[in-house]
Amino acid sequence: MRHLGIVATWLIIFLLVGLNSAGDMLTARAMRRVGDFAELRRKAGILGVARAVLTEPWFYLGLLAMGLSFFSLLAALSLIDLSVVIPASASLTFLLNLLGAKFFLKEHVSRRRWISGMLVLGGIVLLRT
Amino acid sequence: MQEPAQSTSTSRHVHSMSFLRYFLLALIVFGSTFGDVYLAKGMNQIGEISPSRWHDLLFAPLNPYVAFGIVLLMIFYLSYLASLSWADLSYIMPATTFGYVLTALLAHFMLGEHVPLTRWIGIIMITAGVGFITGGPSLTVIPTPEGVSPHLEAHP
Repeated sequence: MRHLGIVATWLIIFLLVGLNSAGDMLTARAMRRVGDFAELRRKAGILGVARAVLTEPWFYLGLLAMGLSFFSLLAALSLIDLSVVIPASASLTFLLNLLGAKFFLKEHVSRRRWISGMLVLGGIVLLRT
Repeated sequence: MQEPAQSTSTSRHVHSMSFLRYFLLALIVFGSTFGDVYLAKGMNQIGEISPSRWHDLLFAPLNPYVAFGIVLLMIFYLSYLASLSWADLSYIMPATTFGYVLTALLAHFMLGEHVPLTRWIGIIMITAGVGFITGGPSLTVIPTPEGVSPHLEAHP
């Protein structure tokens, strides 16, 4: 880690995780409302798909959150090592997304998905060693 | 905004994967992994950005490595949008995480970095988790009076 305090490091990572997760959830909600691209393309063509996405308000909220998280990623990468930023933000985003999928997106997070989630999460933690 | 009243315990999953869909998942993995690697490379060249020079961030995309990273991340983003149009977020997530396995393997084989045993176990766990979830159903389906609709709020 470069010369940045532990508090500042984690503040940047939490900011990154919050924005990242918000971007994922808002985008997922937008795409659920838009519906299956393949089906849409059969009915309305590729322009129909573009129009459906671009007229979806949740898409812009998601894009805004992803854009902000992109710039906080750039800031984080200039201050903290890649090998710290990526695993830390990945594992926390993963956890937040899993909770968001269940409670915000109302997805049916089956036992299979929870077990997979825990395997992946454990794996990310071990990758940091 | 109206929320569907159904409880999620009554919902079911559908499973429909084709070659194109697996290909899009692969693009998500490669786009995000290599995108991040090139961003990091570019940001290392630019160096540390102090709070008083925060506006330098806005010019970061002019660095060729950062620009290439952004192109890769755009490929990732478009595949991500397409994938989320037919699958749940909790289905796609482990696939996006698989990129970290790839990063660790790249570090080992391309950069000759030493990978300790614990990290190999982590790689195996992530791979197993991804395999387990992608073998399952991909989309939550909520039963409606007209039949089943996979789109929670498509018809408000």
